[in-house]
Amino acid sequence: MLSRVADAVLWLGRYVERAESVARFVDVNLYLELDRPDAAAAAWEPIIATTGDSALFRARHAAASRDAVLQFLVFDRTYASSVVSCLGAARENARSIREVISLEMWEAVNRAYLDVRSADEAAVLAAPHDFLAAVKQASHQFMGATHLTMTHNEAWHFARLGRLLERADKTSRIVDVKCFQLAPTVEGGAVPEHEIEWLALLRSNSAFEMYRKRHRRVTPRDVVDFLLFDAEFPRSIRSCLREAESSLAAVCRAQGRRADARLMPVERLTSLRAGWERTQVDDVLRRGLHETLDTLQTRLNAVGDALYQTFVAIAPS
Amino acid sequence: MSFSSYDPGDHFDEMFARAGVPRPGAALLAKRVEELGPGELALRQAAAERALLAMGITFNVYGHTDGAEKIFPFDVIPRVLDAATWAPLERGLKQRIVALNHFLADIYGAQRIVRDGVVPKELVETAAGYLKPCAGLRPPAGVWCHVTGTDLVRDRDGTFYVLEDNLRCPSGVSYVLENRRVMKHTLPQVFAASRVRPVDVYPGQLLETFQRLSPRGHEATVVVLSPGRFNAAYFEHSFLARQMGVELVEGSDLAVRDGLVWMRTTRGFERVDVIYRRIDDLFLDPKAFRADSLLGVPGLFEVYRAGGVAIGNAPGTGVADDKVIYAFVPEMIRYYLGEAALLPNVPTYLCSRPKDLAYVLDHLDALVVKAANESGGYGMLIGPASTAEERAVFAARLRANPRNYIAQPTLALSRVPTLVEDRLEPRHVDLRPYVLHRGGDDPWVLPGGLTRVALRRGSLVVNSSQGGGSKDTWVLADDAGASC
Repeated sequence: MLSRVADAVLWLGRYVERAESVARFVDVNLYLELDRPDAAAAAWEPIIATTGDSALFRARHAAASRDAVLQFLVFDRTYASSVVSCLGAARENARSIREVISLEMWEAVNRAYLDVRSADEAAVLAAPHDFLAAVKQASHQFMGATHLTMTHNEAWHFARLGRLLERADKTSRIVDVKCFQLAPTVEGGAVPEHEIEWLALLRSNSAFEMYRKRHRRVTPRDVVDFLLFDAEFPRSIRSCLREAESSLAAVCRAQGRRADARLMPVERLTSLRAGWERTQVDDVLRRGLHETLDTLQTRLNAVGDALYQTFVAIAPS
Repeated sequence: MSFSSYDPGDHFDEMFARAGVPRPGAALLAKRVEELGPGELALRQAAAERALLAMGITFNVYGHTDGAEKIFPFDVIPRVLDAATWAPLERGLKQRIVALNHFLADIYGAQRIVRDGVVPKELVETAAGYLKPCAGLRPPAGVWCHVTGTDLVRDRDGTFYVLEDNLRCPSGVSYVLENRRVMKHTLPQVFAASRVRPVDVYPGQLLETFQRLSPRGHEATVVVLSPGRFNAAYFEHSFLARQMGVELVEGSDLAVRDGLVWMRTTRGFERVDVIYRRIDDLFLDPKAFRADSLLGVPGLFEVYRAGGVAIGNAPGTGVADDKVIYAFVPEMIRYYLGEAALLPNVPTYLCSRPKDLAYVLDHLDALVVKAANESGGYGMLIGPASTAEERAVFAARLRANPRNYIAQPTLALSRVPTLVEDRLEPRHVDLRPYVLHRGGDDPWVLPGGLTRVALRRGSLVVNSSQGGGSKDTWVLADDAGASC
């Protein structure tokens, strides 16, 4: 497979996942806002913090009002991680590799982009839920089309790698931000008035019902444990790392290479995954959740760099 | 939808012999269209446009930043060519392409045609598409122009004329294939009974054409070389690569090493045998041609010269696209094949001839003047539609650089019924059939081709960049359309 194609298909997966994550962040906050009208003003700042782009936001908007945040994260075409920008970038990547992906994948990402681009901003700001739900659905439809209509070949595994690395990163960011807000309560039991925020955190990851089946009681420790370390929930960081590792191994197999530690991305991802599986939630909470997640994000970036160096930026000898 | 108020007017109408009387091949189509309820055709038209947008069948418009792409407008009423009309066209196209290929081989070889005084040497060597470095080259099987799109128009009496030859990288065939797909979805009942010859065989034929260029045959690694997704025809590049099941590459995906061409893959470098290039000659290799080209592959031409890679169409074919050289094609046919041209040229005045120049300057208001090396409807004066100032500008250009201009009489292009809002009105069309040449003297012609339609009333300009659209083109398997 062409190196340029590997890069484009990986980012296709990443961008669609990122659009979905942003829609999740926003949607869950809207939901929360309805429960806590008094705290509405304060509740939007952390959403911006999740993206890591607070400075960009402040350069464009005076205050983190609901509408300003929505506008920035959903419709701002000059902001690279807004929903419309992500879907636009996904579509451009898809367009550059149409000969590699299936027609159904192209149609799904093309329609998702055209729908977001043509959405009436004012109407969405007035009633955002259906719109955000549609963005999530579009992402799922794309994922479904990818799973069902594209050969599970090297390119497919690159797309999956992109998606899983992105998801691990985004899960870590939303946990990080929420826990920073709710820090005093993490070690003790849930303060009742905060329980709703922990529920929101679960909901933003589509994790609420699955969490209930596992833990029933909502405690901060168990919520963090579920989102970071659950072995079976597909949005948990642990699941993402394990699945990403298996796709990387499949990429190596497709290339007739051994997925051993001499290959830089394999070395980095495997040691990250193995270390993560040995980690206990209580250790993390004792050492500091923020530091752990921060390190994780840095190491995820390093995996991305290694993928690029090894498979894309090959130099003529 | 009724044709009762449709007025074919005084042009050649391809569907109606006169008001209310369809031509034999189009009778079934006319009947089926009339069976559709009021407004239904417009609904189908809208559905077709939505389908094209959803499939991403678009072209890029330079200078647009928002979205950057448009659908090529599509009209649901097809253009029908019955078997009796098509057969002589096909023969004429084959004859023309074979002669043009002889010409290319000759002009970059022994130059017999120049020595024998049939085509002036000076005109060949001043053609912008003439590439001196190609002299002495012998491409595989002696084929230079593997893929040609020849533009045809039909005059008032229905005669087909060749308007121009496109031997570099003719585009548009993807619209032929996708229009057909959309047409089948949009008007299945109209399509079903018509016995239309299929066009889906094109990608297979195209791949076969390129595989034959490599000594490794079906094992050959064929790639489509595109300038990338900002190019106006990017959709087509990607489409053809997909349909042939080969890699779509950009210049930066390829590298030259050890006298061969390689592509960068996730496994390392892989050898490339055949390049279907959709990049203009001069951008192919910054070492051999334009040094500022970022689209090409440094060193590619040298590998090509040495036979390390095959390229289709061969670099240098553009010399035959020159509109001055075009004027000599009937003589080429006689010279190389000893035959009279089956498809006539449009009568052409060469401004490099003093007598022609004088005539053209006197009749600018009646003629179409074209720059020898422009395409896409640019660099052109349509006399009857021009202003005095425009004519003055062209007169000055003609005097300054007569070699670069030709003039032709304004043709009364044929027309086809076209849906305009909720009515059917005649609109002018042209036709670009596609011809594949693989050696031997029997090229393959795709049945039909791209029918472009000038959507503005009275307009003769069919280019997509200037308000043109397209129609599905039906070549009938036999005279099936007559019986209904």
